[in-house]
Amino acid sequence: MEVPLILAQNLSKTFTVAQKDPGLAGTLKHFISRRYLRIAAVRDVSFELQSGEIVGFLGPNGAGKTTTLKMLSGLVRPSEGRVRVLGFEPFRRCAEFLRQITLVMGNKQQLIWDLPVLDSLRINAAVYQIDGHTAKERAREFAALLGLQEILTQPVRKLSLGQRMKAELMASLFHLPKVLFLDEPTLGLDVNAQLAVRDFLKTYRDRYGATILLTSHYMADIEALAERVIVLHRGGILYDGALRGLTDKFSPFREVDLELADDVAAQALAGYGEARKTQRRRYRILVHRQGLMQALAEIMARFDVRDLAVKEPPLDEIIAKVFSEGEV
Amino acid sequence: MRYLKLLLTFWQTSLAARMEYRTAFLAAFLEAGLEAAGKLFGVYLFYANGFDFGGWRWQEALLVMGLATLLDAFFIAIFNPNLRRVSEMVQDGRLDFVLLKPVDSQFWMSTQQFAAVGLPFMVVGVAIVVYAGVISGLGAGGWALLALSLAASLLLAYSLAFIFATTAVWLVKIFNVVYFLNTIVWTGQYPLQAYTRPFRLFMTFVLPIYFMTTAPAELALGRRTALWLGPLFLAALLLFIASRVFWRFALGYYSSASS
Repeated sequence: MEVPLILAQNLSKTFTVAQKDPGLAGTLKHFISRRYLRIAAVRDVSFELQSGEIVGFLGPNGAGKTTTLKMLSGLVRPSEGRVRVLGFEPFRRCAEFLRQITLVMGNKQQLIWDLPVLDSLRINAAVYQIDGHTAKERAREFAALLGLQEILTQPVRKLSLGQRMKAELMASLFHLPKVLFLDEPTLGLDVNAQLAVRDFLKTYRDRYGATILLTSHYMADIEALAERVIVLHRGGILYDGALRGLTDKFSPFREVDLELADDVAAQALAGYGEARKTQRRRYRILVHRQGLMQALAEIMARFDVRDLAVKEPPLDEIIAKVFSEGEV
Repeated sequence: MRYLKLLLTFWQTSLAARMEYRTAFLAAFLEAGLEAAGKLFGVYLFYANGFDFGGWRWQEALLVMGLATLLDAFFIAIFNPNLRRVSEMVQDGRLDFVLLKPVDSQFWMSTQQFAAVGLPFMVVGVAIVVYAGVISGLGAGGWALLALSLAASLLLAYSLAFIFATTAVWLVKIFNVVYFLNTIVWTGQYPLQAYTRPFRLFMTFVLPIYFMTTAPAELALGRRTALWLGPLFLAALLLFIASRVFWRFALGYYSSASS
């Protein structure tokens, strides 16, 4: 049996967080005597990742995605459970482990604010003992993939958010890590920049055979990159499996878009599912997957159908529904 | 060798980042130059009339002041700019990036910054030490003892400052304590014997300022036997080891700022 590259067994993390009431009285009380609350950020999470997989972590804010990534990368010690990444215990942070991983955080940056990207790369080259020639070649390769050739000598503070994020990726992957932990790598980026980042990550995975675990609030990132998703909710795993399976599990409906020759009331279609009129002679019906074929046959027989399309509901909507409904 | 290369890269980058703002850099350098020159003038006024200081001849007491100036210069150039960042990086979570690098994190947090404004103070410190040493008639052995005990005193001061800075992992905004230590070290500009007994006890057993300035001068001048160098180095080494153990212990409690 293949040894998993990443192994998390019954992983839990509890933080102690100070609580403060608003106003002057609350401030004074907080100054003299603090009240603490124990918050379970991650509860009993178990999963495995094989080499070369790209897995998306999904979950609303506070679901425990970032905390899990921090435990896997060795930044935070788990309260309970067992973690192994590349055969190492991450929290020991041994050099051999750190050489093979990276953690990219969309809202934090390691680049030196006042200096050009190349200066930050120079430091990383010294840290990872990359010789001058290789460092130069790699900078050229990554810059070409990310379209950053023109800005490498400009101070980071002068770059746009998209350029900075791309440069951040460049710096984080400069040592060719085997395992990438990406926490919201496209946060705040425009559509073009998001596409460039996704393309870069795909190329990197194909070229260097990396394993990627990423979180993102943009479903497009997950759909474009991940074959498998792990859905976290309130610190626990709600779903772990193929991206397509997510739709089957959480949304047993299909969306049927109809255009009829005659204008009928939406109620005439209500017997097939949740129906509504979108325009004159146009309708949208949510039909249960199991009765889809029969419903379509009946609709075709009863109505003069001009056009018909069957679609899966958008993943965004499914995810939002899962999170809003809580326990599933 | 790898760490030396890293140190040079750190300092070149740090210098480049400061020189990015030319006016601010030149103004800070000019101000530091004037302040260092002012310090030198103060020393001249103080010791020009052959002052006797708690049993120390003026040129011997000048050696103590030179050592304190040099120590202060190290705080300005290296200790303060680096250790301030421990507190800042714990607060905003950027310490994450340091902890994920395959480099000793204490080395990184202690050396990544170099403030060139400390250089004029270093020059003045070295000038005072050399001048005071020469007119005090130090021999080769005296100079060697001075160099070794200065190294021990720097290690002592750094270790103490780093231990204070490490408490930021729990207390977060604590950097003022390092500035406080910097200020306290400056009280070591006069020989310990010039102070009253409570201060002497405080400067020896509470905050070991005595070992940072007066003790190296005593060793170099032959006021104490060279055998004292051993315990001085041992104390510095033990405190350095304590700073490493404490840092590792503290990182076990680092929870990383929320994203």
